[in-house]
Amino acid sequence: MDLDALDRAIVNRLQVGFPLAPNPFDIVANDLGCTAPALISRLQRLVATGAATRFGPFFDAEAMGGAFCLCAMSIPADQFDAVAQTVNARPEVAHNYERDHELNMWFVLATESPNDIDEIADAIQDETGLAVFRFPKLEEYFIGFKVTA
Amino acid sequence: MTMLDPIDRRIVAATGGGLPLVERPYAQIASELELTEDDVISRLSAMQTQGIIRRIALAPNHYRLGMTANGMTVWDVDDAHVSDLGKRVGALPFVTHCYRRPRALPQWPYNLFAMVHGSDRSEVEAKRLEIAQLLSEFCRANTVLYSTRILKKTGLRLSQKED
Repeated sequence: MDLDALDRAIVNRLQVGFPLAPNPFDIVANDLGCTAPALISRLQRLVATGAATRFGPFFDAEAMGGAFCLCAMSIPADQFDAVAQTVNARPEVAHNYERDHELNMWFVLATESPNDIDEIADAIQDETGLAVFRFPKLEEYFIGFKVTA
Repeated sequence: MTMLDPIDRRIVAATGGGLPLVERPYAQIASELELTEDDVISRLSAMQTQGIIRRIALAPNHYRLGMTANGMTVWDVDDAHVSDLGKRVGALPFVTHCYRRPRALPQWPYNLFAMVHGSDRSEVEAKRLEIAQLLSEFCRANTVLYSTRILKKTGLRLSQKED
């Protein structure tokens, strides 16, 4: 979809944050110089057309006691699809990407406790006979949603 | 998930798919959960203060906004300087995620990961060069991994159990 100036202003403004107040859309609409109903209908369209993937709270699973770990595997081409099925079948696998490198599969494990990460990575190793490299984050350098629409 | 009480968990579950797009979204969540609007706002505020909620925001779809190339740039940076340099890389406007992670020698010498988005690969390459210049002599090697296929993508899942 084509975004007009108001859509772009909405995308840029709402990456920063959203008020926790009874009428939050009024506050944001006021910043943007539009009305709350106009803002809401634009947002519905942005989400419905896929220009935005989600609007709402972003949770930190680690702050809730859960754990995340980036993992990678090097999979021979003729086994790739079968291994992808095995890996994706695990509900703890949140995202999985094929990438153009010798380590050609990269996925994120998300579990409710840090101890589960190794258990699941080991189980995938046992099931596939292939090593699962683990790249837990040691330090995070601030992320923002910084797409300028 | 030990830090959440049962009411927080219900609020997390009710908002995990997104906020309702209505004039009073917190009142709507409150009525679904048989809470008051004040309860929902104050609990969400408390979770935001604790860092359980990073922010309430819109997640743009990079692909739909024309940023169709994404490269995971990875860098082998001197351990003595990686924290300082990582902060500077993470602050670059085109870097959306930046982490220090362990190496996996000998296969994987890289300890700094920075996700770079661009409208095409040549733009990603130009940005990668900017990072290389910033890291200068403290970086021994780098490469970029492009995604060629999304194999799975799901949001945060919460188990249904209450604690």
